[in-house]
Amino acid sequence: MDTMKSDQLFKKAFLSTVPVMFGYVPIGIAFGFLLSKSGYMWYFAPLMSILIYSGATQFLAINFFINFAPFPEIIVTTLLLNLRHSFFGLSLVKKFSGTSFVKPYLIFALTDETYALLTSIDEPEGVLKKRYYFFISFFNHLYWIMGTFIGGLLGYFITINLKGLDFALTALFVVLSIEQYKKVKTWKPFIIAFVAGLFSLFFIPSEYMLLTAILAGTSILLILRGKHHNAE
Amino acid sequence: MQNDAIILPIIVMACITFFTRLLPFLFFRGKKPPGILDYLENNIPPMILLLLVIYCLKDVSWGQSPYGMPELISIAVVVAVHLWKSNALMSICAGTILYMVLL
Repeated sequence: MDTMKSDQLFKKAFLSTVPVMFGYVPIGIAFGFLLSKSGYMWYFAPLMSILIYSGATQFLAINFFINFAPFPEIIVTTLLLNLRHSFFGLSLVKKFSGTSFVKPYLIFALTDETYALLTSIDEPEGVLKKRYYFFISFFNHLYWIMGTFIGGLLGYFITINLKGLDFALTALFVVLSIEQYKKVKTWKPFIIAFVAGLFSLFFIPSEYMLLTAILAGTSILLILRGKHHNAE
Repeated sequence: MQNDAIILPIIVMACITFFTRLLPFLFFRGKKPPGILDYLENNIPPMILLLLVIYCLKDVSWGQSPYGMPELISIAVVVAVHLWKSNALMSICAGTILYMVLL
């Protein structure tokens, strides 16, 4: 009886993750390909997917590697780039209670897409909840690992000139910026980023450019909030 | 960086990424988060993403031909395709292919 339910659950979880598969596998292939083409062994792509499991972070990592980025920059940028995950978690503290030993994995595997799925499905009752959440998180993770594995191998064994392929990263960030605008519907953070970014681009040595821009932008954000807050 | 040299950065990034996901579960067990978090939640991600776009342009030589035009044109195409179709993969492919042609 219980195994029967479990099979259905497995199938249900798989079906709900199919759209994510169509998203993760191609982007994973692109990432793996780019990493290999940047001169790194094919197995680093799936390794990073197993350990980091964050698309934007992994793409950005390629930039860090090829530019010999200093650790402070790697740390601060990764932290702020992923800070949105902290906000995801805020709304899941309750939902994840009672998931016992799978909870650490659920938290580790909390990507944008998994968050979207977990918050929009109807949850099964009782003991099955943790299995269902686990399956969904695990399937998505698996798609990402598979995609980057395939891409890593392709990039490693296919020798063609792909000058300019790294523009995919720029394009990804452009797309994500637009998606952010659709969500927050305010120009303020973009104007701040534009000012802080252009200043750093032209006046700060490139290895500290991003860190400087992030610190400057965050300071401006906090100062503006302080003013707004006091005015109220 | 060489192959061996990227292992430590990978581990650091993995730890930080996990930390950001773990944070709310450590601090807000049912407590209501303070208002400044709402503010940062809305403003930091868009700011960071646009900064990353600019960061990707750091190696462009603006003073000499082609004056960064391949980058700017391709970005404009990504924006246009994305506003038109809202399909991330399509926008990225269109922009990247165009950029490779323009180079």
